[in-house]
Amino acid sequence: MRIDIPRVAYTGTIKEITLGRNKNKITIGGESCYPFHLFEGTMPNPPKIAMEVYDSAPEDWPDSAMEPFADVVDDPVAWARKCIDVYGAEMIALQMASTDPNGKNIPADKAAAIAKKVSDEIEVPLIIWGCENVDKDTEVLRSICEICEGRDLIIGPVVEGNYRAIGATAIAYNHTVIASTPIDINLAKQLNILLGNLNVPDDKIIIDPSIGPIGYGLEYTYSVMERIRVAALTQEDERLQYPIILNLAKEVWKIKEVNVSETEAPLYGHKKSRGVLFEALTAQCMLMAGANILIMRHPEAIGLVKESIKDLMNS
Amino acid sequence: MGLSGIEIFKKLPKTNCGKCGVPTCLAFAMKLATGQAELDACPDISENVKEEIGLASAPPVRTVVIGIGERATKIGGETVLFRHEKRFENPPAFTLLLSDNMDDLEISSRLSGFNNAVYERVSVVMKPELVAIRGDSADPLRFNTLVEKICNETDAGLILMNEDVEALSQAVRKCSGRKPLIYAATMENYEILGSLALELSCPLAVKGDGLEELADVCDKLIGMGLKDLVLDSGARNALEDQIIIRRCALMKKTKAFGFPTIVFPCLMTGNLMKETIIACQMIAKYGGIIVLSEIEGYSIFPLLLARMNIFTDPQRPMTVEEKIYEIGAVNENSPVLITGNFSLTYFIVSGEVEASHVPAYLLIKDTEGLSVLTAWAAGKFGADTIALFVKKSGIEEKIKHRRLVIPGYLAAISGELEEELPDWEILIGPREASHLPAYLKQLSA
Ligand code: B12
Ligand code: SF4
Repeated sequence: MRIDIPRVAYTGTIKEITLGRNKNKITIGGESCYPFHLFEGTMPNPPKIAMEVYDSAPEDWPDSAMEPFADVVDDPVAWARKCIDVYGAEMIALQMASTDPNGKNIPADKAAAIAKKVSDEIEVPLIIWGCENVDKDTEVLRSICEICEGRDLIIGPVVEGNYRAIGATAIAYNHTVIASTPIDINLAKQLNILLGNLNVPDDKIIIDPSIGPIGYGLEYTYSVMERIRVAALTQEDERLQYPIILNLAKEVWKIKEVNVSETEAPLYGHKKSRGVLFEALTAQCMLMAGANILIMRHPEAIGLVKESIKDLMNS
Repeated sequence: MGLSGIEIFKKLPKTNCGKCGVPTCLAFAMKLATGQAELDACPDISENVKEEIGLASAPPVRTVVIGIGERATKIGGETVLFRHEKRFENPPAFTLLLSDNMDDLEISSRLSGFNNAVYERVSVVMKPELVAIRGDSADPLRFNTLVEKICNETDAGLILMNEDVEALSQAVRKCSGRKPLIYAATMENYEILGSLALELSCPLAVKGDGLEELADVCDKLIGMGLKDLVLDSGARNALEDQIIIRRCALMKKTKAFGFPTIVFPCLMTGNLMKETIIACQMIAKYGGIIVLSEIEGYSIFPLLLARMNIFTDPQRPMTVEEKIYEIGAVNENSPVLITGNFSLTYFIVSGEVEASHVPAYLLIKDTEGLSVLTAWAAGKFGADTIALFVKKSGIEEKIKHRRLVIPGYLAAISGELEEELPDWEILIGPREASHLPAYLKQLSA
């Protein structure tokens, strides 16, 4: 029997965005079909993984996540270099965790100096992720935008409460912004409209729909992403036709099921492999729902997900 | 899916006799269409029409049951492509593959991995469902012996796999009472296995070399009268086939594809980590049975959670009742904690309080199934509403002290809450519930 494949009538395309500078540009987006539905459309740019680097040594990571980076965690530049040179990172995501007012609360100029140093020493595209405090991020991300002029950074999270200030600065210094909203398709669209009204160019916006890891709200993110893609690709919803980024590692590695030891919970099995799979499965679900950039931590989880992307692109 | 109320109405007797309990045939049709009434309530519908309506309102992907009793596993029954449209119905059955080429030691170690993998989360029990036994040895006796052994050692649902139709038939006859899935009918053997499945009323897997052949074999089996089929397109790189099969069933009502599928991540790689990733793709995109080479805690546990996530009802978060929960042997000096009624939040927090061995009162406020921060952001867990709830909850009669532990993530509201509850001292607990045992021990020291 001849199989007549029922095809989806796609009417839209995800915007293609080029990140980074000089010879090390990376292009994301551009797909004209649902994730990996390659029998009825194209994904010219496979999803990419950005490796996490922290602005100061993390204190609450399990050994299994710390181990690959133990020799570099005190030095963000060395850490970033190791990700690139040893683990082949295509992008770096610098997490400005120590700017958090509820934590180390380092001042904006100090944070900017760290970001500048990392940016000077690496060639791959650099994502800068704030501490997710609206006011502090405004201050820190604006300083970083200024001091890293010409570096084509990707900065976020830019939220309803600070999009004006950060958006304007990002335009002035030519950086890309990450528009972040709490798991809600309407809020995502609204923020993209606001950024557009502010004259942030269309090829400088990436959507962050917010993430819950597996076992902790993953399904909400998953469905919001699928809805965003349905609207973008089949309903001509132009303000949702942007690539999607997910900052997932820091949500995954803090959950209890990843951190509890095998002695305490024998049924959970080998601790390192478990952590790696929690991260990799969270990433895999996000790929199925339409992710373009995944911010990840463990080299083994990254290896698995890269291979999965390769397989899915070749099928 | 199914028929609209008007379409059903056209097939009813149109006498408006009211025997169905509804005044008119039209009203009855409307109820049928929304699943609020049963066809049998109308005594005057002919058998023909009954079957017509029944078939048309069945889900486009048939529900197939494997196994019996408490271990009966339902797969299929799906009606949508995306989970946000309507809940996915039956989670894919995770299945352990055993081969009659394995020695006894290997069999028992893999089987005990399978049997041990039982987890409870938000009061739902999660575990892998089926055991597949594959004849690789070319020795029918060996295969039969293994099937018998597994039957004795687990009451899980079974899949019996053998290319030797004779050996397969023998084994199926022996355990047909357990309603095993027979694997697999092909272009060559479908007549024999089709009759066997009909005779023993067991579900039958169908394997084709590609989608076209698969459809052909299915059509032949449907023609023979088989109803419970499971599809294997033969592809060992399955995503595209899964999508096409589901779409054909839903959008084209292709009869041959109106069944759940079986997929084999265990045959697509020799690496358990990678296999787990492929299994995860198949959870999201339409696998009906997912066959795994091994059940290890570190691989099956995250898979079970991912499956639970994708198959929860997107419209209704799971909730627990608003009330005072007593954990352990509480007394008037026991600490009092508060959180929201999202199931996940409740079970995580109560689990940690239990683990602390410090008896405590846990106040659960109705937050409409929202987590702590989500509820706060939605205005359902602010100082005013918390204060109101604490006062009317009756906790003040149960304790002598007036100290309330709030979630660490709500630190910002503690001042306001102290104003709203002037008799109370507000203590800011840890952010993560996993730090509760240490915190409670210190508090009660
Ligand atoms: C999934 C999710 C949703 C889901 C709802 C899920 C649900 N059932 O609650 C949906 C998509 C519906 C949603 C909606 C919204 N969300 Co929301 N959501 C999330 C997300 C991703 C995960 C939440 C979750 O399930 N956590 C898991 C549970 C178990 O966590 P928990 O209840 O906090 O419990 C933990 C701790 O608090 C602690 N704990 C709990 N109780 C207690 C008690 C004591 C005494 C102690 C000591 C500890 C303790 O233990 C638990 C484990 O450690 C978070 C972001 C994130 N990654 O965390 C955002 C988040 C909570 N959402 C947010 C927002 C703003 C919203 C919306 C208001 C957005 C909007 N404007 O529409 C809406 C509100 C809903 C509404 N209007 O009805 C914000 C809150 C921002 C803030 N800081 O106030 C967050 C943080 C996202 C963000 N970064 O912006 N959300
Ligand atoms: S019992 Fe049957 S015929 Fe009578 S009103 Fe109801 S649907 Fe109509």
